[in-house]
Amino acid sequence: MMNRTDILRSDTSDPFAGERLKVSYFHDREKVLNLRDAWSSWNGFKFADYYYDVDYEYFCIRNTCGTYDICPMQKYLIEGDDALRMLNRMVTRDLNKLRDNRVTYVAWCTDAGRLIDDGTVFRLGENRYLLTCGSPCLAWLRKSAFGFTNVEVTDATEDWAALSLQGPTSFAVLQRMGLDGVAALKPFDIGHFPFLGGTLMVSRTGFTGDLGYELWIDPELALPFWDALYAAGADFGIQPYGESATNMARLEAGFIMPYMEFNEALKTVNFEYDQTPFELDLGWLVDFKKPHFNGRAALLEQKLNGPEVVLTKLNIEGNKPAEESILYSDKKCSREIGYVTSAMWSPVVKANIALAMIDTAALKGEIWAEIYYQRELRHHHKVARCTIQSKPFWSPERARLTPPGLL
Amino acid sequence: MADQDTIIIGGGHNGLVCAILLARAGQRVTLLEACPTLGGMAAEREFHPGFKAALAQTLYAMPRSLIRDLDLASHGLEFGPEPLPLRPLSLSAPPQSINGESLAGAADGDAEAYLKYVTMLKKFAAALAPFWERTMPRVGATGLPDLLTFGKLGLKLRLLGKDDMLEFFRVATLPMRDLLDEHFSDDGLKAALCWDALVGSQLAPRSPNQAVLTLLNRMAGKDAGQHVIPKDGMPGLVRALESAAVQAGVTIRTDCSVKTVQIEGDESGQHCTGVELESGETLLSDRVVSSADPQTTFLKLIGAQHLEIEFTNRISRLRNRGYVARVNLALSALPTFQGLDSPHGRLIVAPTMDSIEFAWDAAKYEELPASPVMEVLVPSLQAPGLAPEGQHVLVANVMYVPYDLKSGWTPGSRDELLNTVLRELERYAPGIQELVLASELLTPQDLASQYRVTNGHWHHCEPAIDQLLMMRPTYEAAQYATPIPGLYLCGAGCHPAGDVSGNPGRNAAKEILA
Repeated sequence: MMNRTDILRSDTSDPFAGERLKVSYFHDREKVLNLRDAWSSWNGFKFADYYYDVDYEYFCIRNTCGTYDICPMQKYLIEGDDALRMLNRMVTRDLNKLRDNRVTYVAWCTDAGRLIDDGTVFRLGENRYLLTCGSPCLAWLRKSAFGFTNVEVTDATEDWAALSLQGPTSFAVLQRMGLDGVAALKPFDIGHFPFLGGTLMVSRTGFTGDLGYELWIDPELALPFWDALYAAGADFGIQPYGESATNMARLEAGFIMPYMEFNEALKTVNFEYDQTPFELDLGWLVDFKKPHFNGRAALLEQKLNGPEVVLTKLNIEGNKPAEESILYSDKKCSREIGYVTSAMWSPVVKANIALAMIDTAALKGEIWAEIYYQRELRHHHKVARCTIQSKPFWSPERARLTPPGLL
Repeated sequence: MADQDTIIIGGGHNGLVCAILLARAGQRVTLLEACPTLGGMAAEREFHPGFKAALAQTLYAMPRSLIRDLDLASHGLEFGPEPLPLRPLSLSAPPQSINGESLAGAADGDAEAYLKYVTMLKKFAAALAPFWERTMPRVGATGLPDLLTFGKLGLKLRLLGKDDMLEFFRVATLPMRDLLDEHFSDDGLKAALCWDALVGSQLAPRSPNQAVLTLLNRMAGKDAGQHVIPKDGMPGLVRALESAAVQAGVTIRTDCSVKTVQIEGDESGQHCTGVELESGETLLSDRVVSSADPQTTFLKLIGAQHLEIEFTNRISRLRNRGYVARVNLALSALPTFQGLDSPHGRLIVAPTMDSIEFAWDAAKYEELPASPVMEVLVPSLQAPGLAPEGQHVLVANVMYVPYDLKSGWTPGSRDELLNTVLRELERYAPGIQELVLASELLTPQDLASQYRVTNGHWHHCEPAIDQLLMMRPTYEAAQYATPIPGLYLCGAGCHPAGDVSGNPGRNAAKEILA
């Protein structure tokens, strides 16, 4: 049977049918709301860059709530008696500590300790895990499962219709929908709720650094679920948001993005143009108490020697975003010490923020960014002083409160 | 506390060599062999009452220096008076015989060409010889020993002189067919000369890759690659190694099959703590040296969960399909081969290089060869103890026989192969079938189960460019140490490769003692 996501590929009168993107289970609703027809793609799915206005969507995330379609996000079921051992050898964190109906953030590396991807692991049951990540990972999972007798890896990407509901009113919306018990979910908890004869899975997870949930439903129920969610959210400013607003929110939260902060190791051609968790300031994800996991020896060596570069959060003077800036140790820009990976003017923090890859040895000294900008086609540049920030730019108390506030 | 400094898994010649050298250096060594007898593929087997054979039936690749260093002569190792000639069989042409640097019965020009050819190969073999006897450098390593090894290899080749060096680079990865067509005219001679470069590997005369290097490796042995049979057959070598091991203080346990290599882990990482036997007994040791093939060692005895993912993938992808079957015959009398006064030496049944190529073509597609090519030997001529008086043992290494047969290995397909081999032998030795008292066929699958070697490969894994030198069996395990502290390899799956050379066992011991 044809999958509903392949609908654009099934039109026999279309000479380009085989080249068409897939569509999300929520496409019928999203296409109505995508007033600007601002489509791009993600993992072969037609995917909104934005729906109406990037800044509007961003402010919904921060002030009301919004939904982000995570149907194209890759989802893999890892099942069987060896599932935990197989995953635990693959990721750098110790999953023995993960309890049923809990989620954890993980990273996995090559033998040489270079980051392949990051993602989340959901413990759905004793021998049943769900791994989610941004890019296809099946080949690596198959390699990782080789040699384990009782583990099955299934690509379950299209087995769920999933939405990320993020923002301070997100809890209120779910309450309004009548999800009894959702109040008790702590960050990284998973809950299950009946919905139209099926089950709605709710995880208190997200990619915005704010209060939020990810909602997982049987694809058959995708549209009724959307309708119920949007009906409940009508009074709470619910609005779909796309890739651009996500990218703003995640930068404020200090989260890394593939092809911004890191180049996936298995797709990196140039030697060591990929990164290690230590270089990405994710050393806390690497648990050396675990006797073995992939890349352990290489990562231990890097930990002992210290990484040569490290991803650093910067506050930059002025209000010109330091996108693609080169960093220097002096105002005269005579010695390069790094480069900016992501930058923006943060409306919620009211600061000029950036993530930057900087030589570890240069972190103690001054940091200056050479910023290029234009004003009505005239190009200018300025050199701005940067200061290091250790905490996430945006990390409100409401994101952690249980039960969450109704705002 | 551990009862020994080192446990060695496998009592084949490499395990024994490694055990002797470690014990002589003062280590308490326990060697574990799964079979009732030592020797691995060189172990003697009685395949019919009173008739014995070993899979490795001759010695050719073991360096003189190793025989001397282990003082095997004083442990009873003796050789017959002369190496075995290599003799291409022919139904029409006069018999030819290759013996070291001489070629008898050759067509016009071939004898002269042969001298030139063998002189060139010997020169190359001598230049490369030292590298079979040392640990290969780690790629990317900048330590002095690694750089010295690289430097010495370069210097050795340069010292050949410019012309010979360039010629070496030209022929090193040439298909045997191109090399032999360039030098010789007689078809039977060419087929016989390529045998030693191809046997045991996934190569035919037209295959480029490592055939010439394999030949040069084999020529680094004590008689420049000529085959000899120890006075008591290969068991003579095994007994000498066993005697040397016992004298050095090695504890030898046979019938002692290892189930797992024990790996423990804590905050300091993983390390090897010993082995668990099939019997359930646990032996403790901080160092375990495995002479089993790499897939057996890493995937069966250790398990992927203790290894890195890309490393595991490379081990699981090793090319290690065996393509040689063995036929052992118990004969009531000495057979007579057409044109030969005696079946002395290694007789090559392969009229042309194409006949070898066609046999390979069938095997590639998992079919039996219509006309198998083979190397035939009557070892009881040199080692009379292998058969009752007046009777003989004939062994044939038959190529190419696939590990997996498309139609499946059944009693019917086994009979078909055995009958084809016997019919082929009958053509060259009329009446031989009437002398057969008993026969035994060992397919690559039989070799796999009999000798506990994955896919029945003679050399544990294919000795090809991608799996040789610092790539053998794969990087990160190519210097005998492995990614798991305390675990070492010392078998044919290590540099320099298979055959009964003892070099992997000796190199591993040197590396452990360094």
